[in-house]
Amino acid sequence: MMTSLRIAFLPLTDAAVLAVARERGFAEEEGLSLDLVRTTSWATLRDRLVYGQVQAAHMLAPLAVAVTLGLSQQPAALAAPFKLNVNGNMLVMASDFAKALDPDIVRRLADPLGTAHDFAAAIGLWRRKPVIGVVHRFSSHALTLRYWLASAGVDPDRDVMMRVLPPSLTVEAMRAGEIDGFIAGEPWGSAAVDAGLAETAAIGERIWRRGVEKILAFRESWMEENPDSVDRLLRALARAAAWCDDPANHGELAHLLSQPRYVDQPAELIACALSGNIVARVGEPAVANPDFMLFSREATPFPWRSQALWIYSQLARWGMVEHSADNAAKAGGVFRPDIFRRALANSAEPMPGASMKLEGAVAAPLAVGSRRGELTLGPDSFFDGRVFDPDRIEAFLETFGARR
Amino acid sequence: MRIVIIDDSGLRATVLEEGLREAGYDDIHIVPPRGAFVARLERMAPDVVLMDLGSPSRDTLEEMLTVSRALAKPIAMFVDQSDDMMIGAAIDAGVSAYVVDGLRKERVKPVLELAVRRFNAFARIQAELDEARTALSDRKIIDRAKSILMNQRSLTEQDAYALLRSSAMNQGKKIVDMAQALITASDLLGGPL
Repeated sequence: MMTSLRIAFLPLTDAAVLAVARERGFAEEEGLSLDLVRTTSWATLRDRLVYGQVQAAHMLAPLAVAVTLGLSQQPAALAAPFKLNVNGNMLVMASDFAKALDPDIVRRLADPLGTAHDFAAAIGLWRRKPVIGVVHRFSSHALTLRYWLASAGVDPDRDVMMRVLPPSLTVEAMRAGEIDGFIAGEPWGSAAVDAGLAETAAIGERIWRRGVEKILAFRESWMEENPDSVDRLLRALARAAAWCDDPANHGELAHLLSQPRYVDQPAELIACALSGNIVARVGEPAVANPDFMLFSREATPFPWRSQALWIYSQLARWGMVEHSADNAAKAGGVFRPDIFRRALANSAEPMPGASMKLEGAVAAPLAVGSRRGELTLGPDSFFDGRVFDPDRIEAFLETFGARR
Repeated sequence: MRIVIIDDSGLRATVLEEGLREAGYDDIHIVPPRGAFVARLERMAPDVVLMDLGSPSRDTLEEMLTVSRALAKPIAMFVDQSDDMMIGAAIDAGVSAYVVDGLRKERVKPVLELAVRRFNAFARIQAELDEARTALSDRKIIDRAKSILMNQRSLTEQDAYALLRSSAMNQGKKIVDMAQALITASDLLGGPL
């Protein structure tokens, strides 16, 4: 007897693990039949999850935190026991704007701090406030962009216009001149570069080398009432994630995602993010970023509570939520390492011994305590060298200055 | 009560607007979700905003509802969060509704119910149109296959159709599939037409 699960997703390369779990039989082996519901806006994905039209969703990690804190329409307790990927985003800007950045693209991408300062100068040279598309107020993209701009003294609420639009509309908006650039998940940045509309200004992975991106979100109540289905789904996704990370499968994966029912973009564009060979300016050779997007290695799917709290710290920093011990506990509680451990107890998945860690403290690959298997964490540093201690949120917030 | 319908499809918006007017609402505006639609919406100061749940512009609208200083009162989704049936029906029908703070739910509920009925009616019309369109293209394919047979085998139109039909029946296929196979074969063989 197959259990049927409906899962909402947006057409993005990082929906890969869900697509592969369904198409390569990993879900079926666990007795699950996945009905993947393609959705065009985060608002609709959120509503389908909150009002129970789907059991799970491919969600922006900050959106899951925000819904739980009651910041995005109907409040609901959401739970994220599995991360679907790490990183995979790019900031692209119109070629005219990018003229003020380092013309050597390799140097530009390798030095996000220098580029942030060049970007601040470029804002001054632009005749009006540049309009930058972000996919949602509560997205890793918006938080990354804010963090990066602020490092060069740019106030993202004052010095630029952030315009919200869903990833699938970004390229058209560039073409129509409604935005001067955007930050979004792949393949949309590559699509804008390929169309000759923009060039890459920054890569998410160079800003936070192991930045949280999409998570698998459930309503907490449903997750608790259906432990068996949840565990089976997590096991299927863990195997699908390992398959997605294997370079031998990238060609097939790009082809699968290119289908109209998934991303509906050319396979060659999708392949860029998978291999990390990013074409940052049309006609130039690709720049290698081997850690551009991770699905499985280094225990990528493990939902570190400290990462939910980092997201929370940024929401508090920008005044989107009032910092209190209660809010912090709620936000941290969205990530559920306990469910991850239960579901994958008898699998080969490496299992971190802790649920929290310092974020940004690993500068070079580091072997860490694991209950099973060998676990090496990759470098997770922030480009500005800050380290986030989840037990000292106030102190961390103070490092951003009085207001921010 | 000022109602704004954000919609790209002329037909769906018309179907909804007609229904609302029949029910006695007369302050209705249709805004397509393009360009500076957010600024237009702010100037209109609506009490209720209705939008297709499948519209990719919902995130843009919600952001505006969050940050707008031009709107006197906040606007939030649905009105009666306790009415799960209503919300379920709205989501099934593909309706998303944003309602200004303070508007009583008795006043909003009929609008929402009407929108759900009209969205469902529109979905039916759409399905019928699609069906009609398919039927039309089916007929074109059959006509083309018939004329190939008429030319190549000097058959009358009636006999050509009878031959198509009996061949389809013998092979357990639909006539249109048989006709398509014939056209493909004829193209491959470099036949006329």
